[in-house]
Amino acid sequence: MAYGTLIEFIFYLFLIMIAFGAWQAVTSQILMRAVMGLAMAMFGVAGLYLYLNSPFLALMQILIYVGAVCIMIVFGIMVGYTPKELAAYAIEPKNTVISLVASLLTLGVIYLGLYQAEWVPAPGAGSGDFSLANLGLSLMNRYGLAFELISVVLLIAIIGAVAITWNGKRRGLNK
Amino acid sequence: MISYNLYTYLAVAGALLCFGLYGLMQHRSLIGMLISTELILNGAGLNFMAFNRFLAPDPAIGQIFTLFIMGLAAAEAAIAVSLIFAVYRKYHTSDPERINDLRG
Repeated sequence: MAYGTLIEFIFYLFLIMIAFGAWQAVTSQILMRAVMGLAMAMFGVAGLYLYLNSPFLALMQILIYVGAVCIMIVFGIMVGYTPKELAAYAIEPKNTVISLVASLLTLGVIYLGLYQAEWVPAPGAGSGDFSLANLGLSLMNRYGLAFELISVVLLIAIIGAVAITWNGKRRGLNK
Repeated sequence: MISYNLYTYLAVAGALLCFGLYGLMQHRSLIGMLISTELILNGAGLNFMAFNRFLAPDPAIGQIFTLFIMGLAAAEAAIAVSLIFAVYRKYHTSDPERINDLRG
């Protein structure tokens, strides 16, 4: 098999991964299965990032989304639900038809816009320096403020998460 | 070459958005809604990466923006899971339709 054909074949595999995983994530009423579908879709998106010339972003996608976010959601499932509730969710999804119609309408509008739009590349597009060194230098030089801001946001999120859960616990003890 | 085409990536990103919308409206649990939100954010990141690859002159911008989205998604998931803990402790349920009491 030619090299280019193999690459295209793997691309189709990633697309199937995304479609199947996302479908599983939104339709499965068993929450653990939904999280596994989410992880699968995120793996597929990481594969697409490889095709978009940025292996670093693909690794970050796997590390942050699959590694951190999915594990956190699994913790949420383990702590926040009783087995009885989990069984109840398996029975009745709600508003299936109307949400299907609404999301399909949105999809149609987006694809219509895609079909009609004409994207013009900026001069020099696609030929820049995609290397990790360039990315790191930009993060340190020109986009240093964004870098610092995201660290502050993460710090505040950690403190906020601890504060929210801890406060509820103290109230519970006082009663 | 479907893998070297801007429209492929945009179509995938739009499909992810609509999957997320569907899940957000249809799921009956807070965790399921959180999962759908993550799908939507993933679609947004993919969109930025596609434009960055094919249209933008400086390839660092889109990657940094996508990293930003990932960080925000992680922070949002942390806050959302801790809120679900707090709600569960108060109401002993995570069904969004039974959480209808505003008194603190």
